[in-house]
Amino acid sequence: MMDIIMNISSAVFLLIGSFLCVSGGVGILRFPDLFTRMHAAGVTDTLASAMILTGLMLQNPDGLVILKLIIILLMTLFISPTASHALARAAMINGLKPMLDKPADHEGGMSSKT
Amino acid sequence: MRHTVYLSLMLAIFWLLNSGHFSLLMISLGILSIFFVLYIAHRMDVLDHESQPLHLTLKLPAYLVWLIKEIILSNITVVKHIWFDNKAISPAMQVINISQATDVGKVIYANSITLTPGTVSVELEGGKITVHALLSESLKKLEAGEMDRRVTELEK
Repeated sequence: MMDIIMNISSAVFLLIGSFLCVSGGVGILRFPDLFTRMHAAGVTDTLASAMILTGLMLQNPDGLVILKLIIILLMTLFISPTASHALARAAMINGLKPMLDKPADHEGGMSSKT
Repeated sequence: MRHTVYLSLMLAIFWLLNSGHFSLLMISLGILSIFFVLYIAHRMDVLDHESQPLHLTLKLPAYLVWLIKEIILSNITVVKHIWFDNKAISPAMQVINISQATDVGKVIYANSITLTPGTVSVELEGGKITVHALLSESLKKLEAGEMDRRVTELEK
């Protein structure tokens, strides 16, 4: 009985995770420029990987595997924002202007805050 | 000294979790590696409150729970925009003031902003973060400052 519940919940987590991965990919294709596409990739980075790793944890709830998966999860949560930040910063430094809804917002926001 | 003890404890746990073997050979190899890493860390002079934020250990779990809730909510919003109305996005960029005093606090805040989908911190300088957002509402939410307040509370 316990086995069935574990298997079903693990399958649900894996399915949601896969759906979120696909969503991230679709978002990368649909959004207009690099910065908005990075937000779509963020879905794959955070919740999708967390869901898939949780699903895998439920596959084998006893043993060292679960702790290793938790370590992988924590590592991704530390590393992926750093990588996104480096990417965004590199794009800005190389002069890629983000596509903004109201073009005045960027300059206005900058000068009013500083 | 406190940091050395903490680091060696962490390394020992990490080694045991990853190997799972308790034979004499493996344990002695592990102890050897731990001493080697400690030696390198001392030579590089990286053992301080920044690499070992001990003061955060007790407060971090509550913040992580709140952050995971925020991550799930903003994921749902972004996925909705991906599938249903990807024309209705309003990309915006703004400088946001931060109230953290220490570098560790600032980094935690900037990383939390990037970790929630829909907002990416592009630049962190002094007391200001430049944030790019998929929806201008999420910038307003950041300006309201709930996340900022929670990270500042971590520092105390």
